[in-house]
Amino acid sequence: MQELEIAQLRALTDLLKSKYNYNFTDYAMSSFRRRIQRIIELYKFSSFDALLQKLNLGNQEFFHEFLSEITVNVTEMFRDPTFWIEIREKILPDLLNLNKTISIWHAGCSSGEEVLSMAILLREMGIEGRVRIVATDIDMAILKKAKEPVYSVKNMELNTKNYERAKGPHTLDRYYEEKSGKAYLDKSLLKDVIFREHNLVEGQVFSKFDLILCRNVMIYFNQSLQNQVLKVFHESLFKNSYLAVGSKESLIWCEIANKFLVVNNEEKIYKKIKD
Amino acid sequence: MRRLFKIEQDYKAIVIGGSAGSFQVISKLLSQLPSDFELPIIMCLHRLRHVRNGFVEALNIKSSIPIQEPTDKEPVRKGKFYLSPANYHLSIELGNTFALTTEDLMNNSRPSIDILLQTGAYAYRNKLIGILLSGANRDGAQGMKMINERGGLTIVQDPKDCLIDTMPVSALNITDIDHVLNVQDIIDFLLSVDKYIKTKS
Ligand SMILES: C[S@@+](CC[C@H](N)C(=O)[O-])C[C@H]1O[C@@H](n2cnc3c(N)ncnc32)[C@H](O)[C@@H]1O
Repeated sequence: MQELEIAQLRALTDLLKSKYNYNFTDYAMSSFRRRIQRIIELYKFSSFDALLQKLNLGNQEFFHEFLSEITVNVTEMFRDPTFWIEIREKILPDLLNLNKTISIWHAGCSSGEEVLSMAILLREMGIEGRVRIVATDIDMAILKKAKEPVYSVKNMELNTKNYERAKGPHTLDRYYEEKSGKAYLDKSLLKDVIFREHNLVEGQVFSKFDLILCRNVMIYFNQSLQNQVLKVFHESLFKNSYLAVGSKESLIWCEIANKFLVVNNEEKIYKKIKD
Repeated sequence: MRRLFKIEQDYKAIVIGGSAGSFQVISKLLSQLPSDFELPIIMCLHRLRHVRNGFVEALNIKSSIPIQEPTDKEPVRKGKFYLSPANYHLSIELGNTFALTTEDLMNNSRPSIDILLQTGAYAYRNKLIGILLSGANRDGAQGMKMINERGGLTIVQDPKDCLIDTMPVSALNITDIDHVLNVQDIIDFLLSVDKYIKTKS
């Protein structure tokens, strides 16, 4: 297939904005292009224009499918195991010293693997009741999955390996039941978690947090949108609280870098040091 | 005797893809380039998805320029060597920066060589050199085709010279390749490019 031209992508993002009030203008170009190309193949549209026409009909149901397909939901439990060791051994103990309820925001939580990893960690540390978790995503369909976590057995193999590498004290299978080839995660882990739809592009501050995890989400944004979202995170954090991004992201390319201190460069954990 | 190649283009970057059987090749290649090599070399080599450390270190034992794994949004710099990190796809954006993504596997791989080569072709057009080395699948073939279509220069390791030739052969099957070379000739080619760029500037 011909590569989509920038003008075509521009026409598409304009339509999404005017018709559905979603702004994808500042998504990183190369992956956005691949996602659109992928949808055209997936739905067997005869051309790019056919996709545009379909979206122009204003069908909400199709739009939400489309939204689910352009967002990248790939995730793992205990992704980057050494990151979770750092959270368990350094970050949470530091926050516990504050002697108050700890608030955590998972921004771009996808199907919930990262949230469950956190919940398991909290249970194993015996501090479940002391933490409030908010998990958000732009994609409603994936949020629904996150609320009722059922994962494939194949993914559980990887999750289990990650849990072991993260020095989990048990075996991961105590947190799920296998039924007809699927793993049903223990829903009681999520009882203190609030899931809600939230679009980082719109950028409202809705609460204050002690720890924000936004891993492998801003890589889909361009630099200017990243700067904008980081401002929101900065505003949403208490002073001396933490921001974690993906292992291949870095704040050094961002405007706001000087208001954060690098706590762990390998695991990309930052601390807000200036208002 | 070093082979001299005639170079007539102001290349901006070199992308290299490799899989099974390419480690020794890359290692040798990196050891024979000068430490003031002018162009960025961006490598996508198939690797274990869940081993984050060790690969760069192993390549750095021989490399004349220390290799880095880029972070998202990092600018591509002249004279630097880069390697795709484990479990991420590496792309090049139009503003000459890197992008890292976690999309599904492509050709069973993450990082995928096709993704690096295709985005490189888009960003650098006829100023790109693409090199595909030994490997056991067809990742990279589409990317080489794209480089070719966008006017870039394509080189594959001579199948006779490869430990496993599936990768270069797949590329040869779907697109025209400018040069089919053994490892030493690839090195001499890159040295000729370097010399050309140095005399021009
Ligand atoms: C690759 S997943 C990351 C999951 C998890 N944080 C991890 O690192 O494994 C990226 C998620 O970001 C979400 N996302 C993309 N754009 C968003 C936006 N504008 N606002 C909120 N979430 C967004 C996607 O729907 C997707 O679920």
